Amino acid sequence: MSTPASQALDRTAVPWLFAAALVTTLPHFAHQAAWLSLLTGLTFAWGAWLWWKDQRLPGRWLLILLVIAACSSIFVEFRTLFGRDAGVAMLVIFMAMKLLELKSRRDGMVVVTLGYFLLLTHYFYSQSIPTGLWLLLAMWLVTATLIRLHGGPASTLRATLRYAALLSLQAVPFMLVLYLLFPRISGPLWGLPQDAHAGKTGLSETMSPGSIANLAQSAEIAFRVRFDGPLPPREKLYWRGPVMEQFDGTSWRPFPGRHVAERVEVISSPIGYETTLEAHNQRWLLALDAPTGLPAESALNGTLTAGVRQPITQRQRFRLAASLDYRFNASEDSAVLRRNLQLPAGRNPQSHALARQWQASEKTPAAIIAKAIALFGSRDFAYTLQPPLLGDNSIDQFLFQTKRGFCEHYAAAFVVLMRAAGIPARVVGGYQGGEANPLDGYLVVRQSDAHAWAEVWLEARGWVRVDPTAVVAPARIETGIADALPAGEPLPALIQLRADWLRDMRHRWEAINNAWNQQILGYDPQRQRELLTRLGLPDTDWGSLAIALGLACGLLLVAITGWTLYQRPRRDPATRLWHKALRQLARRQVNCAPWETPLAIARRVDAERPELAEAFRRVADAYLQARYGRPTNNLKNLKNLREALAQLPRWR
Amino acid sequence: MLGSKLSILAGHPRPLDGVLAAAGRVILGKDTEIRQALACLLAGGHLLIEDLPGMGKTTLAHALARLLGLQFSRIQFTSDLLPADITGVSIFDREKSEFRFLPGPVFAQLVLADEINRATPKTQSALLEAMEEGQVTSEGQTRDLPRPFFVIATQNPAHQIGTFALPESQLDRFLMRIELGYPERSAERALLAAGSQRVQADQLPAQLSADDLPALQREVAGIHAAEPLIDYVQALIDATRQNPAFQHGLSPRAGLALLAAARAWAWLSGRDMVLPDDVQAVLPAVARHRLRSAQGGGYASAEEIALLIRSVAIP
Repeated sequence: MSTPASQALDRTAVPWLFAAALVTTLPHFAHQAAWLSLLTGLTFAWGAWLWWKDQRLPGRWLLILLVIAACSSIFVEFRTLFGRDAGVAMLVIFMAMKLLELKSRRDGMVVVTLGYFLLLTHYFYSQSIPTGLWLLLAMWLVTATLIRLHGGPASTLRATLRYAALLSLQAVPFMLVLYLLFPRISGPLWGLPQDAHAGKTGLSETMSPGSIANLAQSAEIAFRVRFDGPLPPREKLYWRGPVMEQFDGTSWRPFPGRHVAERVEVISSPIGYETTLEAHNQRWLLALDAPTGLPAESALNGTLTAGVRQPITQRQRFRLAASLDYRFNASEDSAVLRRNLQLPAGRNPQSHALARQWQASEKTPAAIIAKAIALFGSRDFAYTLQPPLLGDNSIDQFLFQTKRGFCEHYAAAFVVLMRAAGIPARVVGGYQGGEANPLDGYLVVRQSDAHAWAEVWLEARGWVRVDPTAVVAPARIETGIADALPAGEPLPALIQLRADWLRDMRHRWEAINNAWNQQILGYDPQRQRELLTRLGLPDTDWGSLAIALGLACGLLLVAITGWTLYQRPRRDPATRLWHKALRQLARRQVNCAPWETPLAIARRVDAERPELAEAFRRVADAYLQARYGRPTNNLKNLKNLREALAQLPRWR
Repeated sequence: MLGSKLSILAGHPRPLDGVLAAAGRVILGKDTEIRQALACLLAGGHLLIEDLPGMGKTTLAHALARLLGLQFSRIQFTSDLLPADITGVSIFDREKSEFRFLPGPVFAQLVLADEINRATPKTQSALLEAMEEGQVTSEGQTRDLPRPFFVIATQNPAHQIGTFALPESQLDRFLMRIELGYPERSAERALLAAGSQRVQADQLPAQLSADDLPALQREVAGIHAAEPLIDYVQALIDATRQNPAFQHGLSPRAGLALLAAARAWAWLSGRDMVLPDDVQAVLPAVARHRLRSAQGGGYASAEEIALLIRSVAIP
């Protein structure tokens, strides 16, 4: 199939298309399967080579074969052709393959359109500042490519890029209006495919030896907190996640059944704070102990964990309050107490024996707890991210042989000892501490702050927090994990930063990111309502928002059109009258090109419409006199022109 | 029937209509070219006529000199012509015991430089310097050339054997370059019937005197060019710079030349204002030798100029 010359893609436009294809697909290489990126890269290189050597493009059958091969590889990899990952992979591959059939201008337009669409797909994966900047750049280049396709080879690189930048800048007011006024809904605008939230790191619902130590090696941010008042002391910052009451000898799980309502007695006055939770795909909020005020969508679940109905699949902001000194369930349901004394039969006999020995010798639970704390406080125990592996009797092994463990080892061992000694106890998972960013005052809590501690129930005092880690490694609670661990532990470099300027840079970057998250991405229905109320539009619903949006866009369009018209060189009155005359000619099938001189037109009228010749000559003559003559008789010339035009016979 | 208001389309008769008519009787069927040559001289520019030998180049130059009453001299350029053969030499006067300057043929009001591209570049540049400066420097002494001073150079097409093509910088010194081309059938028949034209050109009566010409030139320079007309000239110049058909665009000097030539054309048409028509009429003669076609590299073709005109809207 040959392409007509007018529709053919000129050779020099091809590098533009390659550049556009590259910038729109490149960020996907970071998270795609390696073979996919390799295939895409090879296709790019092949297309580029064919262009460079001016070779024939592959034939239609080869292309069809390639498409089938690519689709089946994607199906094999993802088991589907739909969904976020498979869909994006298809688009990327197709973009690369389109570069193998760049024959006509239409093919170029397909690349540009696909490029614009691919821009959108990057937001499925990241909404960070670097992504935004990159996509801005990519949009500029794709727009420039579009202009280049229309402009032909005469347009210079500079002019093309300038024009593209100008067009993009003109879109900014519309972007702002849409951003501010487009009806916001909680959650994503359209349902993201199921696979969109896979692979989020965070605290899980079960705890086994090593699970928190693994998490602690990630520097990812779990949540950010801004306190209304001053930052509370660090050793009080226990962010509660799941409470695990069931122990099967290896791992800890929350009790799956219903909980009775909790009774919290507030001792110190509550402090308010706002937390911005990163997506963790779980149904809890990580509230500061003990929560006294919760957002509407959340409720306490009986173990003081703030639960939510839907898993948190995107970054969300909540307003909470907490009382740092509290009494929790001073009188507890007997079923709960029984549950928290259960231990798997036949496991960890040594620990059981030790605990029973304490129970016999000590009179009060407090004394037994003190015994256990004293045990961990002895020099033998070490705090490490790399504890040895443990077998079936994990608690015995840990307490009497290895004596090296991370917080989950200490919490689990402590709870087992307490239960064996007849004191109701359970493990609490969550985060401890956090790092205050001096630049924006936010407290940043990372995965490396993940922690596990114990809770024991004492008569009249209720559930009391006991953190054995605080005994083994006091620095963990007081200053953070980096100081608590001996040198050489596999902590992320970001957390170990000792150099002040590096730490400062990290703070700066995180403060910028946080501002972006809070101000730009965190613009939710609530904030939109606040803004609209401030603009004098309280109680807006979808309908009125749509009207406001339409009005704002319409006003903008009118303003821009007005400005453009104002900027346009104004036609002088003579030319306006002359064009009137030309329209009269056009109605009589005498069409004039913009380069035709009035004299040439008059001569044509002589030949083609002799009945008009005399009258039209008068018009042309008056126009020339008014437009090109000396400006001394302007008014008289114009009057002549008007009279001549009036005498031109009207067409009916 | 057409009243005084219709002066633009009707036009006024001008004294040079007689010159045009007389020249047209000698060089048959070439009215446009004669008019262009005359416009060139009125605009104060030098003229390059390029065509095959025997097309009437020399006759045209001769006729113009006679009709305008200009003092005429002719230099036949050959490959052994020296600069001094043009500018003149100093010889020793024994009686007065001093050197006396014998002016060369360039000291004339209208110089016909015949087949200029047959001479060496050194000799060519001697003439071109005189064209540019209006004076001649010989043996350390500078001498003014007579006023008015015109050069009509003729050249054979560059691909002919034994020619030195003029460089672009020197081509730029010619306001206009025209081609005569073969005469039409009827004109050629009349020519064959009337015999040698050269004789007739010599016999043409002068219609003006050399003193009239500067006054006419001043009148031409005063022709009105309105703002929209200047805009049009600028748009055309700009279009040559944007148009990929040309290797490079027109210079600002070429823009001035275009406007000057258009003024002369308007004056010859009996108007006191320049119209876009005048610009379009002189554009090929002014622009073609100053532009290089992107394809082939020779002068821009007449078709390319026509397309250029069609690409620019009249403001």
